[in-house]
Amino acid sequence: MTDLASTGSAGHRASCERARRVADRTLADQTLSTSEWPAGAVPSDLIPRSRKRLGWALMAAATLGLLAVIALQILYKSDVDTIGFETWRPVVYAYVLWGVALGIGQVLTRGEDGQRALFLLPALLFTIAMVIFPTLFGFYIALTDWNLSSFSGRQFNGLDNFWQMLNDAYYRNALFNMVLYVLAVFVEYVIAFGLALLLNAQIRARKFFRVVFLMPLMLSPVAVSWMIGKSLMEYRFGPAATLARHLGWENPAFFSNPITARISIMVLDAWTFIPFMMIMLLAGLQAMSREVLEAARVDGATAWQTFWQVTFPLMLPVSVTAVILRIIFKLKLADIIITVTSGGPGGATDSVSSFIYREYRDRSNVGYGTMLAMAYLIIIIVFVTWLLKFASRFVRNVN
Amino acid sequence: MSVQTTDFAASEIRSPAAFFANRAFIYGALIFWAFICLFPIYWTITTSFKTAVDVTQGHLIPFVDFKPDWKGWRSLGLSPDSIFRTSTVRDEFIKRFMNSVITSVGASTLAIVIGSLAAYGLTRYRYKFAWFRNEDISFFFLSQLILPPVVLALPFLVLYREVGLLDTRVGLILLYTLMVLPIVIWIMRDQFNSIPVELEEAALVDGLSIWGAFLRIVMPIALPGMVAAFILAMVLCWNEYFFAALLTSTDAKTIPVMVASQTGSQGINWWSMAALATAAITPLAVIGIALERYLIMGMTAGAVK
Repeated sequence: MTDLASTGSAGHRASCERARRVADRTLADQTLSTSEWPAGAVPSDLIPRSRKRLGWALMAAATLGLLAVIALQILYKSDVDTIGFETWRPVVYAYVLWGVALGIGQVLTRGEDGQRALFLLPALLFTIAMVIFPTLFGFYIALTDWNLSSFSGRQFNGLDNFWQMLNDAYYRNALFNMVLYVLAVFVEYVIAFGLALLLNAQIRARKFFRVVFLMPLMLSPVAVSWMIGKSLMEYRFGPAATLARHLGWENPAFFSNPITARISIMVLDAWTFIPFMMIMLLAGLQAMSREVLEAARVDGATAWQTFWQVTFPLMLPVSVTAVILRIIFKLKLADIIITVTSGGPGGATDSVSSFIYREYRDRSNVGYGTMLAMAYLIIIIVFVTWLLKFASRFVRNVN
Repeated sequence: MSVQTTDFAASEIRSPAAFFANRAFIYGALIFWAFICLFPIYWTITTSFKTAVDVTQGHLIPFVDFKPDWKGWRSLGLSPDSIFRTSTVRDEFIKRFMNSVITSVGASTLAIVIGSLAAYGLTRYRYKFAWFRNEDISFFFLSQLILPPVVLALPFLVLYREVGLLDTRVGLILLYTLMVLPIVIWIMRDQFNSIPVELEEAALVDGLSIWGAFLRIVMPIALPGMVAAFILAMVLCWNEYFFAALLTSTDAKTIPVMVASQTGSQGINWWSMAALATAAITPLAVIGIALERYLIMGMTAGAVK
C-alpha cells in the first residue's frame, strides 16, 4: 500500500480530461482482462501503462471529488455560499464512493497486489472513519463548554473542563468504584474456575449443565437488572429479600447502603459474566494432555497436589487471557448500574460510564462529559498496556 | 469441543464411601449452581402469570401456590384472548422487536463480511501501509476492543445529528458493526490460521484467482467459524443498551431500551414487566440452547493453542 501516498501527486500530473478519454477507450477490455485473467498471473510490471494511468486518474478524481464535497459543505455551513446540503450526509456518501474508487484504483494500478489490498481495505476504511475521526472530534468537544440545552452554542474554553474534572469528587468516586469492580473479577475467576473443574469432572448430563451454566450470558443485562435487581432483590416481596430475612438479616435493603449496593451490583454483573470465563477455562482444561495428569497420579500426588502443581500452572496462560478479557469488559460496565440504581445511593455505585451517561442525560453537558470520557480513555489505555506487559512477564516467570 | 474428560478427582478416590462423598459433592455443587442460573429465569416466567396478590404474598410454584393468570401477557396484548384484538402495546413491542432483529442481524452480517475479509488478508498476505505492518494493523483492529462505548457515544451523538443518522437503524447498525468487528476479526483470524495454505496454492495453480480461491475454497471450510462469529456478534448486538439508549428516541428504539424505560416508571405492574422481560430474553435463550456449540466455539477461539 505504499502507492497510496504517491497516488495524489501522480494523479495530479495526469490531467483529468485526458485520463477520461483514455478511460473511455480502454475501460471495456481492461475490466474484462481483470476478471478473465486472475490478476495473479499479471505481475505489476506487466500491467499496461494505460491501465495504470486509468487507475491513478480514478483515484485522483475520487479524492478531488471528496475534498470538493467537504469544502463545499464547510463553506455552506459557515454561510459563505448558498449552495450546499441540508445535512452532512452527502459527505458520508462521498466517502463511501471514494473508498470504492480507491479499491478499483488499487486493482487497476497494482494488479495482484491491489487485489490483496482489497481484502483489508473495507475494514480499514470503516474503522478509521468510525473511530479516528470521532475520537479526534471528541478531543475537540472536550475543550468546549458545549451544552446541548443551552442556546448559546459551543464556545472554546480551553482546559476549564479539565480543571473542573480534577475537583469533581463524584468522578473520583466513580474511578475508585471502577477499581473495586475490577478487583471483583478475581472472585469471579475463582468461581468460574471451580465451575469449569466441575464441568470437566466425570459427570452425567454434562451438556445439560453446560447449557444451563451458559444461560445467564445470553440474557440482556437490562432484562437481568429487572429480573434480579428490581424484583428478586426487591425490599418488600422479592424472594432474595425474604430469604435474607429468614437468614437473620433484619433489614435486607440491597441498594440503600453504599457497601451493600456496590456488592449487589458486583453480584448482578458476576451472575451475567461468570459463564464467559468459565467457558474459556473449560476449553483450557479439555485441551490439557491426559499424560501429564496420569504421570502425576502415578507419582502418588493427591488431587489437591495435582491441582496446584500441575493443573493450575498449565492453565495459567488461559487464565490470564480470560481474566484480561473480562477486565476489559468490566471497564465498560454501565447498563446494570444505569437501570438498577442509576448510580445511587448518592453516586456510591457509579461506574465511570454510568456517571458520564447521567451527566449527559440530566444536564446535556456534552463538553464536560466528553472531557471525562477522554480522560477515562487515556487512563484505560495506560492501564491495559501495563496489564498486558505485566501479564506476559508474569506468565513467562512462572513457567 | 470434545467430550473427553480428564478425570483426576475421582480416580484418586479409593474407598467406596469416599467415592460417594466425592460424587455427592460434585453433583450437589452442580445442582446448586444450576439453581442459581435458572431461578431468576423461572421467577420471571412465573411472575408473568401472577396477579397482584400472588406477587405480594411471595408465591412461587404455579398451580400449587397460585392459579396462573394471563394478566401480564394480556397487558402486552400477547395472551390467547387478546392476541387477535388490536393492542397499542403489542404494536409497540413488535416494532421494537423488529428494530432489534434488523439492527443485530444487519450489524452482524456487515461485521462478518468486512471482518472475514480483513482477517483472511491478515493471515495470508504481508501488508505494508506506510510504516504499519501486519502485526500493527492487527493490533489496531483488536485494540478497538478496549475502547469503552462512552468515549464514542457523545461525539457520535453530535456527528449523527449533523449527518442525519440520529434515531435511525442504519446509525445503530454502523456503531454495532464497529463494536463487534474486533471480536469477529479475532475469531476469523484463528479460523483461517487453522486452514492449511496448501489448499489455496493448489487452487491458484489450477487457475483460480486470489478471490476465486478465497470464495470457492477457503470460505466453505471457514463457514463454521463464520457462523460462530455471527452468533456471538448477534448476542452482543441484541443485548446492547448504552448506544441505543443515547442515540435513539422514537423510531429506532430497541428492545433493551424499551425494557429499561418500563422499569423506570413507578406505576409499572410486576406481571406485565415480567411478561416483557420474558419476551425480551426468549429469543436469545432459544439461541443459547440450540446453537450452544457455536457460541462456545466463538468464545474459545484463540484462547487455547
